[in-house]
Amino acid sequence: MALILECVIVMLLVISLFAVLGLVLVLMERKVAARMQIRLGPNRVGPKGMFQTAADTLKLMMKEGLTPDGADKFLFNLAPFVVMIAAMLIMAPIAFAKGFQIWDINIGVLYVSAVSSVSVIGILMAGWASNNKYSLLGAMRSGAQIVSYELSAGLSIISIVVLSGSLQVSDIIASQQTGWWLFRGHIPAIIAFVIFIIAVTAETNRAPFDLAEAESELTAGFHTEYSGMKFALFFLAEYINIFIVCAIGATLFLGGWMPLHMGHWEGFNHLMDYIPSSLWFLGKTFFLIFLIMWFRWTFPRLRVDQLLSLEWKYLLPISMFNLLLITLIAIMGWHF
Amino acid sequence: METYKVPPNGGDEGLDTADDGALVINVGPQHPATHGVLHLVITLQGETIQKIEPHLGYIHRSIEKMCESLSYRQFIYVTSRMDYLSAHINNHGCALCVEKGLQLEVPPRAQVIRVLMGELTRIASHELWWGAMAMDLGAFTPFFYAFRERETINDIMEETCGARLTMNYMVPGGVMYDLHPNFQQRVKDFIQLFNNKIDEYDDLVTGNIIFQNRTKGVGVLSAADAISYGCTGPVARGSGVACDIRKLYPYAVYDKVAFDEIIETAGDSYARYLVRVKELRQSVRIIEQLIDNIPEGDFQAKTKAVLKLPKGEFYSRVETARGEFGVYIVSEGGTTPYRIKFRSPGFSNLSALDHMSRGSKIGDLMAIMGTLDLVIPDIDR
Repeated sequence: MALILECVIVMLLVISLFAVLGLVLVLMERKVAARMQIRLGPNRVGPKGMFQTAADTLKLMMKEGLTPDGADKFLFNLAPFVVMIAAMLIMAPIAFAKGFQIWDINIGVLYVSAVSSVSVIGILMAGWASNNKYSLLGAMRSGAQIVSYELSAGLSIISIVVLSGSLQVSDIIASQQTGWWLFRGHIPAIIAFVIFIIAVTAETNRAPFDLAEAESELTAGFHTEYSGMKFALFFLAEYINIFIVCAIGATLFLGGWMPLHMGHWEGFNHLMDYIPSSLWFLGKTFFLIFLIMWFRWTFPRLRVDQLLSLEWKYLLPISMFNLLLITLIAIMGWHF
Repeated sequence: METYKVPPNGGDEGLDTADDGALVINVGPQHPATHGVLHLVITLQGETIQKIEPHLGYIHRSIEKMCESLSYRQFIYVTSRMDYLSAHINNHGCALCVEKGLQLEVPPRAQVIRVLMGELTRIASHELWWGAMAMDLGAFTPFFYAFRERETINDIMEETCGARLTMNYMVPGGVMYDLHPNFQQRVKDFIQLFNNKIDEYDDLVTGNIIFQNRTKGVGVLSAADAISYGCTGPVARGSGVACDIRKLYPYAVYDKVAFDEIIETAGDSYARYLVRVKELRQSVRIIEQLIDNIPEGDFQAKTKAVLKLPKGEFYSRVETARGEFGVYIVSEGGTTPYRIKFRSPGFSNLSALDHMSRGSKIGDLMAIMGTLDLVIPDIDR
C-alpha cells in the first residue's frame, strides 16, 4: 500500500515538474532568442511576460485536435504519448540534489541511453501515420539522425563510465568529489564533452541539426499535421529532452550536484559548500541548456548528407580513438 | 447529388504516382521557403531532386495590360508593385523610357538623386535577401540584423519620398520632390554605421563553416547556361558573365562614378552570395562619392501637363538588385502606351532553377532559391 502511495506521489511530482520545466524552458528560449535578435521577447502577459507560456499552453489545450482524414488514427494519436513517456522515463535516475533521486538503479547510465532511443519510435510513428509527405521525410531524417548520433553520445558517456568505474549515477557523482571529470580527465575528457554536446544537440533535433522539422524545407517536419494538445506534447517533449540531456551532461562531466572545489583552497571550498546542491545541479544544467539555445540562434542548418558524414566520418572515429585514450588514462591512473 | 470524398492519400493522387517510385511534392504556393506564392512541383527520389516544375500565376495582376490604360505619368507607379524591393529602380527604368521618347533632358541634380536613391534601394534589397537567405538555411538571427539596418534606409526614404516601400518618387524628367534637408546627414550617418555592419555580416554568416558547406558547389550554373537561360544580375555575375547594365549601358550618372562590377567565376550558390555581399560595398562606394556632390539646380525638368510620346518603339534598361529590368513601350502617338512589355530579371533567373537543382538534395534547393533572390510579384506580373 505504501509503495503504491509512493508511486502515485512520485508520478504526480514528475508530471508537475514536467509542466513547470516546459513553461520555464519555453519562456527561457524565447527570451534568449529575443536577446540575441535585438528584440524584447514576450512582455505582455504577467510581469516581464512571465506567464506567456502558460497562456500559450491554455490556448493549445482549447484548440481542436485535428486528425487528418487519411491518417492511421491509432498510431497518429499514440505517437505524442510515446515521445512524452520516453522523456518521462529518463527522468528516473537523475540526481537533482544530494540524495534526491527517484531511482538509483545500478545501471543508471545504461538505462538512460537505452530509454532515450525510444523517442525515435514515436517520431517515426508520427511521421508515418500522418500520411503527409513532409512528415514522412522529416521522420525518416530524424530516424537516421538519432540512430547515428546515439553512437557518439554513447561513446562519450562510456568514457566517463571508464573513468569513474561505475554505471550508477550516484557513484559517478561521488567519484567527482575531488574535481569534475571535465577537468580531471585531461584533454580527452574535454573532447568527450564537446562530442557529447554536439551529439545530444543532434539527438534532441535542435538546430543546427533540426532537419526533422526544418521549417524552410519541410514546413514543420514530422509534426506538420499535429495541432492542439498533441502538438503541445511534442513541443513539451522537445524541451524536456533538452533538460534531460543537459542534466546528464552536467552529471557526467560537471559533477552533478557537487560544488566546485579548487585543490587546497580551504576557504573557497567551504564557501562553495554553502550553496545548496540543488542550485549547483540546476545551475550547471541551465548553463548547458543556454549553450544549446545559443547554437540554435547562431548557426545555419546542416544538410542531411553533411549531417550523417559529420557523424560517421568525424565524430565517431574521433570518439572511438578518444575512448582508447581515456581507457589508457584510467588504467595508468594519470587523471588527477 | 454526388459528394466529394477525400481519397485516402489526401487528394493529390494525380501527382504522387510517378512510375519509378519517385515522390512528388508540392512546395508552395504556401510554403515558408518560397517567400511568396511560388508553386514548385518537385519530383524526388529519396531526398534527391529529379525535376522541378515552377507553376506561376498565383499573383498575376495583368500589370502590362493595366499600363495600356494609364497615362505616361501614371504607369510608372504600377511598376513599384512588381519588384517591390527595387521600386525606385523600376520607376527609374520607366522614367528613362518615357524621357527617351520625349527626348527630355534630365537636370543633373535629379540624375544624382536618382542614382543615390537607386543605390540605397539596392542596399535595402540586398539586406533583405541576406537575411532571408540565412533564414532559408536555418539561421534566424541574421534576418533581424539585416532588418535593423534596412529600417534606417526605410526611414530615410520615408522622410524624402513619403513612403517606405513603394516610394513612387520618379517622374518623367526628374524626381517628384526635392531632397529633405536632413537627407545628406542621415545618409552619411547610415554609411558610417553600415560599413561596420558589413564586417559583422561576414563574421556571422560568410565565414561560417556550415554556411560554406551548404553553399559551395551547390547549384552550379555555367557561364554558357547563364547566358542561354537569360540570367542577369548577381546570378549571371556569379557565373562569370559581365552583365552589369550600369557598366555596359550607363544611365544617369553611373558613367561618372567609380565602382567595380563584381564577378565571381565559380557559378555556385556561394559565388552568387559573394557577388551580392560585395555589391553592398560597391553601392556604399557610389553613395560616398555622390552624397557630398549633389549639384544645385532643378530637381525636375519642365514638362507639359499631358505627355504624348511620338509614334514608335522605345526601350530602356536598368540594373535592379536582381538583374536587368527592361521597359519596352510601343506608342501610337497618344497619351497612353499602345503596348508595354517589361523584362523582369526574376522570371529568367527562375527559369534556370530546374537546370541548377537537378541531382541535388532538398536542402540544397533552399540554398539555390535563396541565391536566386526571387521576388514573386516580379516574376508574375
